[in-house]
Amino acid sequence: MRRHLLAAWTVLWAAAPSAAQTAPPGTPAAPPAISTEFARVEYAPADIAYGARIYDAQCTTCHGSNGDGVGGVDLRSGRFRNAASDQDLVRIVTNGITGTGMLGFKFDGAEVSGIVAYLRNMNTFDRGSVKPGDAARGRPIVEGKGGCLRCHRISGAGSRVAPDLTDVGSARSAGSIQRSLTDPVSQMMPINRPVHVVTRDGKVINGRRLNEDTYTVQLIDEQERLVSLAKTEIREFTILSTSPMPSFSNTLTADELADVVAYLLTLKGR
Amino acid sequence: MFRHEDTKTRSRVSLGVALFVLACAAPGAQQISNDRLRDASREPQNWLSYSGGYFSQRYSALTQITPANAKNLELKWMYQAAVAGGWQTTPLVVDGVMYLTQRPNDVVALDAKTGRVFWIYRYNIPGSTIVCCGANNRGLAILGDTLFLGTLDAHLVAIDAKSGKPIWNTQVATATSGYSLTLAPLVVKDKVIIGVGGGEYGIRGFIAAFDAKSGKEAWRFYTIPGPGEAGFDSWRPCPPQNQAAATSGRDNARFCDPDAWKHGGGSVWVTGSYDPALNLTYWGVGNAGPDWNAEQRPGDNLYTDSVVALDADTGRLRWHYQFTPHDRYDYDSVQIPVLADITWRGTPVKAMVWANRNGNFYVLERETGRFLIGKPFVKVNWMDKFDEHGRPNQTVQPPGMPTWPGNQGGTNWYSPSFSPRTGLFYIPSWEGYATIFGGVDVQYQEGRNFGGGANRSYVPVPGAPGVPGLRRGPINNWTEAAATGAVIAIDAATGDQKWKFPMTDVTDSGILTTAGDVLFTGGREGYFQALDARTGTLLWKSNLGAQISNGPITYQVDGVQYVATISGLSLCVFGLR
Repeated sequence: MRRHLLAAWTVLWAAAPSAAQTAPPGTPAAPPAISTEFARVEYAPADIAYGARIYDAQCTTCHGSNGDGVGGVDLRSGRFRNAASDQDLVRIVTNGITGTGMLGFKFDGAEVSGIVAYLRNMNTFDRGSVKPGDAARGRPIVEGKGGCLRCHRISGAGSRVAPDLTDVGSARSAGSIQRSLTDPVSQMMPINRPVHVVTRDGKVINGRRLNEDTYTVQLIDEQERLVSLAKTEIREFTILSTSPMPSFSNTLTADELADVVAYLLTLKGR
Repeated sequence: MFRHEDTKTRSRVSLGVALFVLACAAPGAQQISNDRLRDASREPQNWLSYSGGYFSQRYSALTQITPANAKNLELKWMYQAAVAGGWQTTPLVVDGVMYLTQRPNDVVALDAKTGRVFWIYRYNIPGSTIVCCGANNRGLAILGDTLFLGTLDAHLVAIDAKSGKPIWNTQVATATSGYSLTLAPLVVKDKVIIGVGGGEYGIRGFIAAFDAKSGKEAWRFYTIPGPGEAGFDSWRPCPPQNQAAATSGRDNARFCDPDAWKHGGGSVWVTGSYDPALNLTYWGVGNAGPDWNAEQRPGDNLYTDSVVALDADTGRLRWHYQFTPHDRYDYDSVQIPVLADITWRGTPVKAMVWANRNGNFYVLERETGRFLIGKPFVKVNWMDKFDEHGRPNQTVQPPGMPTWPGNQGGTNWYSPSFSPRTGLFYIPSWEGYATIFGGVDVQYQEGRNFGGGANRSYVPVPGAPGVPGLRRGPINNWTEAAATGAVIAIDAATGDQKWKFPMTDVTDSGILTTAGDVLFTGGREGYFQALDARTGTLLWKSNLGAQISNGPITYQVDGVQYVATISGLSLCVFGLR
């Protein structure tokens, strides 16, 4: 039974359109092309800017706005006595340093990503070049002109077809949110990929993947139903690597995008 | 009437006393002799050592479960652990009694037919214990009526198998320096052999043997040679100008540690093997320390990432083979050395077959260590070819570019299996899995992490989750984009893949094969699966609900063959309906 199923999938894979990635269960996808994203550590401008805002609010009391407020410590130098890697910086910001005045801070993922990005770019960051977004202006864009709630959901309002954004401000960094708006495919998490299923009895199901194992797949379909399917009951199984979300590069202005990012960063869950 | 009863009672008492005296005067036969350990394959109803026998094939001669009837497997009993955390142990089964370890450092004896408990031995671990990669224990060894337990605070404890009471307790190493014992010991003749974990804490690894009766140390082999010893020159001296203490990993990239060998790693945390005819015991050695900043420890860094063949009586090194010289990737060679007699190019060979964390499958001649075969079983780009002696030509990837396999390897510590019936070697593997490696300078400080790494999972979407190294929840949110799993069956005589059983998620489960030509294995998804060992066809599966990360075993009691595995906190035992 399994052998036949694998054969059917293999045929489908060969016939699949280039935008789709279809594979038998358990068959690894061809290694993706290596993006230059991986060639160096990059800090998105939105993360640096977000980090600067948090730094100003949380860190300047001791470290000063120039990073030299603590004797013997110059954060702008890029040299850290107790941290070599970004992971070290995260650990220190989160846990503090025992026996010193450096306390641990309870930042979420987006905030700590921003702070690290800012610390790494403190000496070159030009505050004048960044116009911070306005969360209050961003909300009506998300709920109105942007049409985001036609697919997404925020605090109980909107659709469940696309991922719920109620906690996106802690789950995603500022840079990731910004890129999601302008290049959604680049930021789509693999687990969220859209799936297209045709069952053995001919039923067509389109939805968003929630979970998958060797023998089954779980998804939420276009009617917001939770569906679990045994792969032995599936005739066609296609995992799309493109996102149905449009880019907002041309439909929102740069200011509007900054406002939307600022608003989404305030969504920290409940 | 009364007198009569009274007389009768007195008679019974007298008889009872007499029997008790007799019993005390004639101690019961010892359970497990050296002969029984050597010939463990002749009593497949039992599982007498971690890998099921000295050759570590995790293969059983039991035949009751077959490809034809495996669909009739059903759950017979379960035993639930009380302490949360990964459960990687392999039980022993001795004449109907199962002995296993559970968290934090307990030993349990139970009825292998029903799961009911005879006794529990609880070992108290000091709060100062440092355990690098999970407070695991992988199992026990037995000789006579004595069980042997390695502890997280680096003690070796002998326990009476009937009462669960300790007999002796020997400190093997200093726990506060980062040493721990997580593996099942290996009994050879009158000795108990064990290795030390702590490769991420700058230990100097060793393998040591202890007298089974007294607990006194008999020999010790350091996996990092000291001055004057063979192999010491593989820890090359540092140029004086590079020996300054690092102040920051980014500013002092040329730091070279003049004392690198003193904290060079070389941990040993899965059980070795033994060839009685050669009297050699074989052990896989872990990564060099620091794991990822290889620049500060120039040289090949022997005997890290190697297999060492030691004289079982003296601990003297007979030969070694290094799989990953000057390791940059944490490619521990902490795998089970599987011994198999195969035919290589028409000639019978006493071989060792090995699927390494570095992604290559190897065949070595186990009397001399001669390199016979080296072939990738997953995508490999840290090297591209071997020379005639089996030395890999390393192809270090540019900074920021991914290396295959990733940090957890193409496989890892999970037990493989070899079936003498099929001639196939079965590997639990991770495919399509890469890491972007980076090293940073790190100064050794006793008891502190000594990794020296700034690694990132290679994922196609920035910020997407990589595969968690050790544990996971029930949602696979890294997906096939980060890695998948497989059981890969390789012809041990050629290194050619014969079949592959793909899994959507990666697997940390060991593999068991039987003379019924059935293969048992689990995975992170929580399915326990029976495959046809010749074809890889799925015969049966059961969703046990949580990650399986131990090696399955099989045994027989009262004519019924059982198969045991562990999913989450549940030991699950199956048999035929």
